[in-house]
Amino acid sequence: MTSQLLTDRTGPSLVRVQRRSRLSPRAREELAGWLWTSPWLLGFLLFVFGPMLASLYLSFTQYAVGSTPRVIGLDNFVRALSGKDDLFWPSMGRTVEYALVMVPIGISLSLLAATLLNQSLKGTAIYRTLFFLPSLTPVVAAAVIWRWLYQPDFGAINWLLWQLGVDEGPRWLAKPDSALPSLMVIGLWTSVGGGAMLIFLAGLQSVPRELHDAAAIDGANAWQRFRNVTLPLITPTIFFNLVIGIIAALKVFAVAVLATQGGPNYATWFFNLHLYNYAFQFFEMGYASALAWIFFLLVVTLTYLNVRWSRRWVYYEGGDRP
Amino acid sequence: MSAAEPLVTFARAIAPPRSRQQFPGYLSRGMLYAIATLGAVVFMGPFFFALSGSLKSAAEIHIFPPPLVPSQPEWGNYVRLFEMPGAYFARWYLNSIIITLASMVGTIVSACAAAYGFSRFRWGLRDFFFIVLLSTLVLPEEVVIIPKFLLFHYVPEALFGHTWIDTWWPLILPSWFGGGAFSVFLLRQFFLQIPRDLDEAAVIDGANSWQILWKILLPLAKPALATVAIFSFLTHWNDFFHPLIYLSTVENFPMSVGLRWFQQLANDPGEPREHLLMAASMLMVLPCVVIFFTMQRYFVRGIVLSGIKG
Repeated sequence: MTSQLLTDRTGPSLVRVQRRSRLSPRAREELAGWLWTSPWLLGFLLFVFGPMLASLYLSFTQYAVGSTPRVIGLDNFVRALSGKDDLFWPSMGRTVEYALVMVPIGISLSLLAATLLNQSLKGTAIYRTLFFLPSLTPVVAAAVIWRWLYQPDFGAINWLLWQLGVDEGPRWLAKPDSALPSLMVIGLWTSVGGGAMLIFLAGLQSVPRELHDAAAIDGANAWQRFRNVTLPLITPTIFFNLVIGIIAALKVFAVAVLATQGGPNYATWFFNLHLYNYAFQFFEMGYASALAWIFFLLVVTLTYLNVRWSRRWVYYEGGDRP
Repeated sequence: MSAAEPLVTFARAIAPPRSRQQFPGYLSRGMLYAIATLGAVVFMGPFFFALSGSLKSAAEIHIFPPPLVPSQPEWGNYVRLFEMPGAYFARWYLNSIIITLASMVGTIVSACAAAYGFSRFRWGLRDFFFIVLLSTLVLPEEVVIIPKFLLFHYVPEALFGHTWIDTWWPLILPSWFGGGAFSVFLLRQFFLQIPRDLDEAAVIDGANSWQILWKILLPLAKPALATVAIFSFLTHWNDFFHPLIYLSTVENFPMSVGLRWFQQLANDPGEPREHLLMAASMLMVLPCVVIFFTMQRYFVRGIVLSGIKG
């Protein structure tokens, strides 16, 4: 507002600007806003909103690429949920199992790592970098490296076990029982020291020192201070990492494609492998779109429940939400 | 806060100087170092074995117990990689660099524009679209991938007479339209923290909105720009899903799907190739590490200053 008042009185350069357009300043601001945002708006329509509507429509059709989509009502959803597609529920189960282990362990370890880095140890910057490096590793490289570590006869992991007296180590990725936990370890290695840890670290650094000192004077020990001072104050960060972590875990795909190809015996056949298989191997785009929407609804529901639930336990300073 | 003030003063008065440590005592301090070091070893171990594996000779790769370090480092592995029949590592590497840089530039340019629109102008549906932008943060790409695939097949076919499947367009073009919700959000948060007085002063000096962005906001937003650049680099360099779906000609592959192609070649029985796989993995990790170290100083600041902590 002030700027506008001032501009009207200023020198010739601005007068020229004013004369060029017949629009009022308010209308010009409106137009500029739309224009600057237009690349994103266009991208949203072309690559997000349009495709979402299209896949919703396709989910009610039978559609092989090259043919015309034929509307078949809810058949795709029935086919999935009724178990006629006999890998639907197992793949859903694997994925949920993966998320149920990865999310709590991942968040706890990220918080533990961030807490360690917040202790002003000497060489914190080095520790932080070393913790962070695996999360920079491309998933393809991580999978290739870990396949080698898991290699039963010459791999580093079974060699370590051999040092500890285990003569014949497990055949990690080759056995249905151990394949899923093995992939979880790869997932933890690439995620614990990554974004979640940095976000926790930023959260921990914003906890006022005074509160800690005050609690210490009241006789609270380190654990009590962490539990009763730090933890409540970083609940917004925990909530953020929880939402992101759940979605990331449910999306697990590449590591399974690369390290196990979904096997052995479908032990790591995650939901997105299933979806990918129908969409881009069988090119059954209609059924695959239904799978995609089931996945989307799952993610939306979980995120919504998470937000609802967060009102009970997330503490926002000053009572307002970001 | 005011209620706690006397307590805080009291605490400051009696607290020993430089009492940064939360776990007092010599022993527990040592334990913290031990845990941190253990963590570092666990995180770095795989890299160590990968690097040592990449320098072993074919003869040394299938020995048990495996030698921790190769008896004689075979740097030639890194050369042999580029001469492997059936693999095109030089080509894949170059492809990755081109795709990543083109997407990164698109992300920075279009995310800056959108963030500027969201942070500095009042326009009709701004707040509505900002919520929309935020909700796309949690939108799984899997939901839109099928129509996007069809879009990149049918639309260019109708317009130019040939499909864009098996070209780089589907990998690069979307970045030029907003560059992803995270980039826009991060830059917007950063722009909002730059005082408006600066813009207003510039307006008085006759600056138009383009000049305000270019001369005032962007120079001040360097940490956020660096953060967006790093994230975008890593996202596109590491991307496996999209190239897997869109590309089928081996010569068009970036490193991610190329390495997988090579992995499947290497799975064939015959001469061991794990050392070459390790060398290829190290080559794929290298640019990520380099870009992180060169921009690290901005990166952490970018995250902290944007207030993304919940």
